Amino acid sequence: METTLVENLPQVTAAGVIIKAVLILAIISALAGFGTFIERKVLAFMQRRLGPMHVGPYGLLQIAADGIKLFTKEDIVPQHANALIFKIAPIITAATAFIALAAVPVFPDFTVPEFIPLLGGTFVPSIASDLNIGVLFVLGMMAAGLYGPLLAGMAQANKWGILGAARTAVQFLSYEVVTGLSILAPIMIVGSLSFVDFNDYQTAGIGSWMIWQQPVAFVLFLIAGFAETNRTPFDLLEHEAEVVSGYATEYSGMRWGMFFIGEYANMITISVIAAIVFLGGYDAASTFGWLTIMLKIAFFFFLMLWVRAAWPHVRPDQLMWLCWKVLMPLALLNILITALVLLG
Amino acid sequence: MFENFIASIMTIEGAAFYVFSILTIGLFSITVMSKNVLYAMTSLAAAMVLISGFFFILGADFLGVVQLVVYVGAIMALYSFAMMFFDATKDIKEKTTNNSLVFLLGGLSALVLVLMFAAPIYSENIQALYPMHEGVGNAQDVGMVLFTKYLIPFEVAAVMLLVAMIAGIILAGKKMDESLTEDMSADDEILIIKDEK
Repeated sequence: METTLVENLPQVTAAGVIIKAVLILAIISALAGFGTFIERKVLAFMQRRLGPMHVGPYGLLQIAADGIKLFTKEDIVPQHANALIFKIAPIITAATAFIALAAVPVFPDFTVPEFIPLLGGTFVPSIASDLNIGVLFVLGMMAAGLYGPLLAGMAQANKWGILGAARTAVQFLSYEVVTGLSILAPIMIVGSLSFVDFNDYQTAGIGSWMIWQQPVAFVLFLIAGFAETNRTPFDLLEHEAEVVSGYATEYSGMRWGMFFIGEYANMITISVIAAIVFLGGYDAASTFGWLTIMLKIAFFFFLMLWVRAAWPHVRPDQLMWLCWKVLMPLALLNILITALVLLG
Repeated sequence: MFENFIASIMTIEGAAFYVFSILTIGLFSITVMSKNVLYAMTSLAAAMVLISGFFFILGADFLGVVQLVVYVGAIMALYSFAMMFFDATKDIKEKTTNNSLVFLLGGLSALVLVLMFAAPIYSENIQALYPMHEGVGNAQDVGMVLFTKYLIPFEVAAVMLLVAMIAGIILAGKKMDESLTEDMSADDEILIIKDEK
């Protein structure tokens, strides 16, 4: 399905896509580091603490300190572990998270200024790869991200690791169902799987946002999104209350860091999907529009931290009960009602 | 013939096809040959991802993503989940009685399958019975065929899945209304064992 919006833009070249890919990698990885700082500060202020204060002004250099620690830690591969799979697993998590980001619009499109040598005049698109089926692709890629924790747990020859991996597999598989079903109702209304079409559907101001038509789907998607990105109250993958850390028990240093970056990239992806599908997306015509979507994404990111500060986490059996006995029937009912309204 | 091959490698689609085919066949042979559960599982999952690449080359984006979601996201994940009950770090001992016979029969059946599928393509008699509609998206096209020509197989498959789901729930759900963590009798047993010590 061609959209008029895309046709008006300059030709997308291979160089533009490569620049875009490098930008996504660099900025999102950096944001993952900065995200931890923001998370600790927000949590601290909500709990009447100060958070990191010692390294640099307001503890800002804490990011650098953490980064140095991650990079210089000893790289340990357990003796009886399957070393190859053990090393591949964190790469799968990080890679799938970034591949998913390739199909969502992040940052506005721009043309590289002419005065820069070699790359001057290259058009950099807002979506690295504008697929007609963007929504499905992102969900499918995030589903493939399950293999990171799963293989990590099985390769490390550790009981806690494999138990954590089993818990991860159950949680991801269950909540994927809710994510897919909840986003199906908006897809039925728009009649397309492309993010650009979703954005174009909601350009008539706040009143045309999908959230007013599909409030149930929005709440379900958000809950399932929290579960899929390992956020409180569903952070049973690593489960910080336990001394061991789930599937990542044997991991240290940068290998653990890659799980972490993948998780933060997924948080951003979920925020972008929620902002585009339910909260009106961006307005490509004005520069102001891009500012609003940044604010929306930042709001969802903040919401994840806010919820973490406000709520305790659920038990594993409550998690499953919530998914299969509450959220999934609700999602199905929502689809049924939407279909009846669309047909009628 | 050989010039055709060189020319086909030079295009992006051709090069991608050969890269994907070599990787897929290589990964699937690891799945079959390896004695390690983890290697077999990982290579099977990776090959499933690469198969979706063929759909993308053919322009069937929708089916490519469905391959990703269904095979990689769901079916392979369930396999892997079952594999967690084994010690994945050790090699398994295979019981093979007659290796050469298995190799011969397997090779022959593979050859027959390839010939069966390659013959109509080679003689260029293959035609799409339900060709793509111009200007219609992938998902819509699949939907049209599914709800007209293949409606009955589609519905029968849906009923079969429903039956399988109900059977699965009945098999697994004998004590589903009792919570294991809230079961007080389990605590009592632990206390009794402690007292005995």
